[in-house]
Amino acid sequence: MATKINVQAANKEAISRIQTAVPVLKGLGIAKDIVPGMKKNLILHAGPPITWDRMSGPMKGAVMGALIYEGFAKTPEEAEKVAASPEIEYAPWHEHNGVGPMAGVATASMPVWIVENKTHGNRAYCTLNEGLGKVLRYGAYSEEVIARLNWMRDVLGPVLRETLEIKGEINLKSMIAQALQMGDEVHNRNRAGTSLLFRELAPALLDTSASPSDKKRVLEFINGNDHFFLNLSMPAAKAILQSAEWIDGSTILTVMCRNGTDFGIRVAGLKDRWFTAPAQVVKGLLFPGFSESDCNPDIGDSAITETCGIGGFAMAAAPAIVKFVGGSASDALNYTQKMYEITEAESTTFQIPSLDFRGSPTGINLLKVCETGILPQINTGIAHKQPGIGQVGAGLVNPPMKCFEDALEAYVETYVP
Amino acid sequence: MSSLKTLFNEDVKVFNVGIPSFADDLKRQGVPVVHVEWRPPAGGNKRVIELLDRIKAWQAEYQTQAKS
Amino acid sequence: MTIRHVIRKETYFDSVTLMQITNEVKKLQGVENAVVGMGTDFNIDSLKRLGLYSDAFAGITPADLLLCVQAGDDAAADAALAAAEKLLTTRKKASGAGTAFVPPTQEAAAKQLPDANVVVISVPGAWAAREAEIALRAGRHVMLFSDNVTVEEELKLKTLGVEKNLLVMGPDCGTALINGVPLAFANAVRRGDIGIVAASGTGLQEVTSLIHTMGYGITQAIGVGGRDLSEKIGGKMTLMAAHALGEDPATKVIVLISKPPAPSVLGPLYAELKKIRKPIVVYFIGADPEAIRKEGFTPAHNLQEAAQKACELSGGKAVAVPMTDADAAAKADGLRLPGKYLRGLYSGGTLCDEAQRLLHPVLADLYSNTPVKGCQMLHSVHKSEKHTIVDLGDDEFTRGRAHPMIDPTLRQERIVIETADPDVGLIAFDVVLGYGAHMDMAGEMVAAIEKARKASGRKPVFAACICGTADDPQNMQKQKRTLEDAGVQVFPSNVALIAFVKRAMAGKGV
Repeated sequence: MATKINVQAANKEAISRIQTAVPVLKGLGIAKDIVPGMKKNLILHAGPPITWDRMSGPMKGAVMGALIYEGFAKTPEEAEKVAASPEIEYAPWHEHNGVGPMAGVATASMPVWIVENKTHGNRAYCTLNEGLGKVLRYGAYSEEVIARLNWMRDVLGPVLRETLEIKGEINLKSMIAQALQMGDEVHNRNRAGTSLLFRELAPALLDTSASPSDKKRVLEFINGNDHFFLNLSMPAAKAILQSAEWIDGSTILTVMCRNGTDFGIRVAGLKDRWFTAPAQVVKGLLFPGFSESDCNPDIGDSAITETCGIGGFAMAAAPAIVKFVGGSASDALNYTQKMYEITEAESTTFQIPSLDFRGSPTGINLLKVCETGILPQINTGIAHKQPGIGQVGAGLVNPPMKCFEDALEAYVETYVP
Repeated sequence: MSSLKTLFNEDVKVFNVGIPSFADDLKRQGVPVVHVEWRPPAGGNKRVIELLDRIKAWQAEYQTQAKS
Repeated sequence: MTIRHVIRKETYFDSVTLMQITNEVKKLQGVENAVVGMGTDFNIDSLKRLGLYSDAFAGITPADLLLCVQAGDDAAADAALAAAEKLLTTRKKASGAGTAFVPPTQEAAAKQLPDANVVVISVPGAWAAREAEIALRAGRHVMLFSDNVTVEEELKLKTLGVEKNLLVMGPDCGTALINGVPLAFANAVRRGDIGIVAASGTGLQEVTSLIHTMGYGITQAIGVGGRDLSEKIGGKMTLMAAHALGEDPATKVIVLISKPPAPSVLGPLYAELKKIRKPIVVYFIGADPEAIRKEGFTPAHNLQEAAQKACELSGGKAVAVPMTDADAAAKADGLRLPGKYLRGLYSGGTLCDEAQRLLHPVLADLYSNTPVKGCQMLHSVHKSEKHTIVDLGDDEFTRGRAHPMIDPTLRQERIVIETADPDVGLIAFDVVLGYGAHMDMAGEMVAAIEKARKASGRKPVFAACICGTADDPQNMQKQKRTLEDAGVQVFPSNVALIAFVKRAMAGKGV
């Protein structure tokens, strides 16, 4: 391809779209009704493409739980057989305009958030956060998990859907910006975001047609889960980055994600292509009774927050996070500072108080990652490698360099004469 | 952009790429210096360097237009 | 097995701090398990899972803090609890909050100092040329300290440097002074009107130091790297620097120091130098001074003389060297050496070469790891033979360690070995001062000497030259005294040291 490409100009275009995107929460819907390409036998998951046989424990557990939830199987043993059969199809959330935390498994009858980028019109989707501990996204598939999923479909989803119809849209960009100034980084720390969301929803929620006990249960559900907001910060970040897909010649990353086995990235100038390598083990603090041998490799689409300049890239906004690897508050500052070396711009909206309100590092440039050898810094939860046990800790992790090396090869092959 | 024509009349301002003590000595004398905490590009991967340099050369014409 | 717990009502800590403290407590002696956390369902579950739960926790709420430890005995449990409490009340002191960000590339550094004009590069050789090219393309001069840069890379860089009128000092350039600023290993030398171009590190240090000691000063000291005057490179930087000094109104006298240039380079070099209408002292190490004089330049026989001649041309009058050969030699009169051989242990390569050149006419069997013409190669660089003068800065010795001007270890070990050798009568060495060098090399050498004397019971004569100035960070006077107090004969130049050595070895050499 001998097209005249100006890489700097292409990247500038990507950055411009990222900076001007405005993700808003529009409402909720059922996946099969609104997620492009969704169908009854399709299981969407976090991370790059993967087949059943290669999936890690938490992912398999989540798939099994989802199959039981959708009625494809009655028992876990049956679910395993179905999962391995040609009856079931798998696809990355990212190929269907969405994101999912941890295993990120989503199926046709699940309620999903609808996030729209008002500037460019694109939409992104994500399931609702189930809570902590034994939940589907950590690979749990017990009756308790299924019962909760059912309640989310039957009560939580409809109540929140009606709430948003009454409330109207909620600007997630400004909510995230506020949360960043309240000690969140909206990947591992979402308490402020969840609180702000609660505030926005509560009055409208009270006006819905739900029963008083349902209303209360929904509010308690949100209140009891510090990470409820994560399932909004993620599709907000997705909607922002989608706007840069696809721009010829651009070396800006639009996706970083993991499926518990592989880490995958996508680049704005390399349409539809995945660059994958084995996901790393997360280094962090573990909950009592767990050790390194219990940990699953890196998993989840939540690295979309880092890709967008928030999450681990805004660690300076949430210094408590860095204690996960025994660091100090100034380490958090340093991690964020390093990220400026591999990004093209500073966010015009997401500011970090402890850096004098400097905009967060935005627009990861593949070329800068390769040149400096500095890998994007991700904060993440750690899942137990066996399905159904849940989170065992949290910590810091990087993508494997190989993803960037492969992307660089592909880029040169595609563009450089 | 410096030049040998003007260097002897300029204030010496240094990037130190490599051994940190050279920068420390300059700092102690009040010479403006930035220490570059250098590491091999892309973890020392020669192939990656080659690819990056190819891209740099391909884009060289745009570089000269940009401010130095 | 003892389980101890504490519940602190209405006491809040964030989960991450608590996880960290839990980890710290778990590491303590005798502790089996620990849970330090808020009274959330999750943490209650953890207690149950670990078998630590009891009715004591029954009324606990998420607003309460629980501490629970399980240890081998009461004492350990109590200690663990106390430690946990202490950690909760002690806040970790913020370490250097706001330390300036250290950039990982030149491009990043440019954001902090956009008008940097010199880039000093000391990364591994395989990467050095690339960094140098980045600097040149950004319009900055380069000091290339790194060695193991190929001659092809050097040629490419210097061609680019000439094209952009930017200096490429090196590769393997250890010393430069630009506008009075010492770069890498360089001495504190006053400003004056002598400009120097040198293809040698310690040569430049010795010459600039002696110029200072003799009361004069320099405009610029430009290193060009040892290969600049080779056939392939053709003296590109030497010529660029010489012409720049020729045009510099502040420079009155020019000094050129190098190994003899390649024959194909010599003629064109002289032709270019002749265009410069300023006196030039030319010291081609080991070359015939008369040939140089015939070309119309001022030759020198050694580094000290190069400095002296430059000063004389600057001042227009005779200049005395710090110590004459006669005075230096006189210090050897009446000296009895307990053995017949000389061992020289140098950190500066050019000084080692100079010592060999001056001594091989009078010492028949002179060995070195970097032998000059007339000297022989050691069979093993670690084992001296007969008269031996080694350059400890050579690659063989510096693999995986710092240069001997920074790290005295190898020289110290060698001193012990040479002292113990019953055939050794005299041990000579250099002490190079200045920026970049060890802050108390004299002290390090003396420590080794005293250790060596004690271990062997032998008393060879020790003699040293100090290469440096009174303004260097090491306090030259103090370095001198340290050596003298240990019975080391100290000389202000390598030439003076060698004059002493010659007299001391007289009659023992042949």
